[in-house]
Amino acid sequence: MAWWRSISSKKFFWPFIALLFLLVFNLFFTPHFFRVEVKEGHLYGNVIDILKNGAPIMILAIGLTLVIATKGIDISVGSVVAVSAGVVAMLIGGDLHGVPKNPIWYAMVVAVLVCIAAGLWNGMLVSRIGMQPIIATLILFVAGRGIAMVTTNAMVVWLYAKPFALLGQGYVFGLPFSIYIVVVLLIITTLFTRRTAMGMFIEAVGINPKAARFAGINAKNILLGVYAFSGFCAGISGLVVCSTVMSADGNNAGLGYELDAILAVVLGGTSLNGGKYYLVGSIIGALIVETLTTTIYAFGVPPEISRVVKAIVVWGMCLLQSSKFRSMIAGAFTKKELSV
Amino acid sequence: MAETAPIVEMKKINKTFPGVKALSNVDFRLFRGEVHALMGQNGAGKSTLVKVLTGVYKQDSGAMLLNGKPIKPDSPLAAQKLGINTVYQEVNLCLNLSVAENIFIGKEPKRLGRIDWKSMNRKAEEVLERLNIRIDVTRTLASYSIAIQQMVAIARVLDSTAKVLILDEPTSSLDEHEVEQLFKVIRKLRDEGLAILFITHFLDQTYQISDRITVLKNGDFVGEFETSKLPKLELITKMLGKELSEFSYSAKSGQKREQGAVEQGKQSLLTARQFGLQGSIAPFDLELGQGEVLGLAGLLGSGRTEMARLLFGIDNADQGELFVKGKKSTINSPRGAMMAGIGYCTEDRKNEGIFAELSIRDNIILAVQARNGTFKYLSSKRKLEIADELIKVLGIKTPSSSSEARQLSGGNQQKVMLARWLATKPIVLILDEPTRGIDVGAKLEIMEQILNLGREGLGIIFISSEFEEVLRCSSKVAVLKDKVKIAELHGEEMTENQIMRTIAGGK
Repeated sequence: MAWWRSISSKKFFWPFIALLFLLVFNLFFTPHFFRVEVKEGHLYGNVIDILKNGAPIMILAIGLTLVIATKGIDISVGSVVAVSAGVVAMLIGGDLHGVPKNPIWYAMVVAVLVCIAAGLWNGMLVSRIGMQPIIATLILFVAGRGIAMVTTNAMVVWLYAKPFALLGQGYVFGLPFSIYIVVVLLIITTLFTRRTAMGMFIEAVGINPKAARFAGINAKNILLGVYAFSGFCAGISGLVVCSTVMSADGNNAGLGYELDAILAVVLGGTSLNGGKYYLVGSIIGALIVETLTTTIYAFGVPPEISRVVKAIVVWGMCLLQSSKFRSMIAGAFTKKELSV
Repeated sequence: MAETAPIVEMKKINKTFPGVKALSNVDFRLFRGEVHALMGQNGAGKSTLVKVLTGVYKQDSGAMLLNGKPIKPDSPLAAQKLGINTVYQEVNLCLNLSVAENIFIGKEPKRLGRIDWKSMNRKAEEVLERLNIRIDVTRTLASYSIAIQQMVAIARVLDSTAKVLILDEPTSSLDEHEVEQLFKVIRKLRDEGLAILFITHFLDQTYQISDRITVLKNGDFVGEFETSKLPKLELITKMLGKELSEFSYSAKSGQKREQGAVEQGKQSLLTARQFGLQGSIAPFDLELGQGEVLGLAGLLGSGRTEMARLLFGIDNADQGELFVKGKKSTINSPRGAMMAGIGYCTEDRKNEGIFAELSIRDNIILAVQARNGTFKYLSSKRKLEIADELIKVLGIKTPSSSSEARQLSGGNQQKVMLARWLATKPIVLILDEPTRGIDVGAKLEIMEQILNLGREGLGIIFISSEFEEVLRCSSKVAVLKDKVKIAELHGEEMTENQIMRTIAGGK
């Protein structure tokens, strides 16, 4: 049992089991779920779709993980995705022959910078003014969509500049390009926080902000930094979203993404109470969310009850991850054994 | 004390935690109408015993009887229903609610399904009346002193069914007057027939209030004694299992060191001139030289902590100047103070000091790392070296430096905070109540460490509520009263009497 204890005590063990459970379910009940075909040199199939569609949430979840580790929250990320999409679309322009107004790299850089500025704004409100994170980011949650609408003149902008499609629709070595963005971002973030003291500082601020300040940590700048980083991630995510559909829609781009991303982080084992965080866990969490969505479609759950089904599954998974619940279940079993 | 049957009897209680035998065959008896003190060092098993009694833990073996009937409380609530009530060290009340609400939270008197405020306030006044307290119960708890809050916590658990009252370190944040106030209440309740279990680290208080003492040591039952028949020194030897000659060692070395320090204290490390902050502490002058230990003596709320916070940059002065090593300082944050070589161990370890979920190692190296910045990341090897060395030097009792800090006892957490600042190799270290809430043995160890550090040339500001401790460690003493530094005592003036006279005289 020692191996079991050591494995099951690993933080991303239970999220991983939850994901596995979903996949096994599909193996038996969803026909062709795991079928992967090669078409035009690309891989096609449900599994590939999960990676591709899940990429924007995974990118958001990376940024949110750090925010949540500081006991904060950023609910503006979905709206910031729309801002990013709007800015990049306007700068590239909707020329029907696909001739970009500005260089594509320039448009992308500006869009991400705007999103970092949005993140800094959130960070200022939280760290300098001392607003509660949910209220501070609520401002951009609302205003962000407005800003996105203003940038696109309240229209849906369609893009025809082919190279830009690589981000959301391209394939490299048969896999969606966006998944490489996720992997690179994950590696960079992990290195930056775990190979430097940053990760420890973030956790310290999340566990006990006062003690962190008294220990000489510049807690305010750490907070500012994580919100800016979350803005950065939302910016990248927005580029992918825009590129996937080759259009920017201020009203609908990234709609509800913040909740999926928060769910991904929590499913991944990072507590909303701040402290220890698990980047890989958040990615697994995002995969769970996306697999669930895909399963519901592929399985043919009627759309009117699909949200209810999703909620029930998420509820079950949260229970599975609660160590208290698990010990209750285990306790129930051992009691039975004793009474026999 | 008539030898009637005990109200609570615990027999041969055993409790083992992974790796630690917390209690082995401990017996404990509590009678009606007595105040019983539970004494022992950290790790002696006091808290474990109390937690078994109050249903937080379940004993591995052994029996508990209440009025002769076996009980098996499986939660604090179950214990409460049996009439066993606990008031914990950290007051667990809601500061933003009124006194009456705090007393009746969860059991509010209702009328027609709504809270009957009038009768609730009246009943609250009655309960407090029983404790001889007359206050406006409709004001928020935050507007009263900690002593009153403590008594509200007691009032909360007192109802007609209360048979046993457990007070866990109730006096640790009270000043002398408040302690007397609390003791009056305790005596009154005792005379009404309540059985009171009193846990404290203050020896004097044990003798003032208790009728009987049970001593534990390393989870073993040492004995049950009548307080009047157990001399203080004997109690200490029973608790420590040490000889008396060892105990007096640190007092002597303290005096020896004091002379050395005066000669050594040439280079000034910290100089404050009319340094102050409106509403926090009146402008004060201060001089701290190399190898000096400056004791801050004063009652609770006299401005000791405020002075420390000002020097460490937590609060920013609005008048006067501070010089570090002769240079005018512009410290305006803890970070700035740290960079200037000042360290501060807070009195509030739980809220301002310890990172409960981080490892002991991370807790120790955090300040060094904060000074180095994000990118000069200490290698895990270096981290381990720093942590292990300090764990050894300070005698922190832990199986490994990777255990979470919350698993440590209070005294060891205190040492972890000391280790955190020592790791930064500071020139000035401010220790705010480093001995609060920890046992005699750990206190001695910590004071020994303070003296050692002084010998190594560190400037130390030492804050303690116990004048005896201040005197034992310090080379000079600043006396504070009502947020004003009223005197500085040197050499022969440094006696408990003189401190008290100074405070009473209110020069």
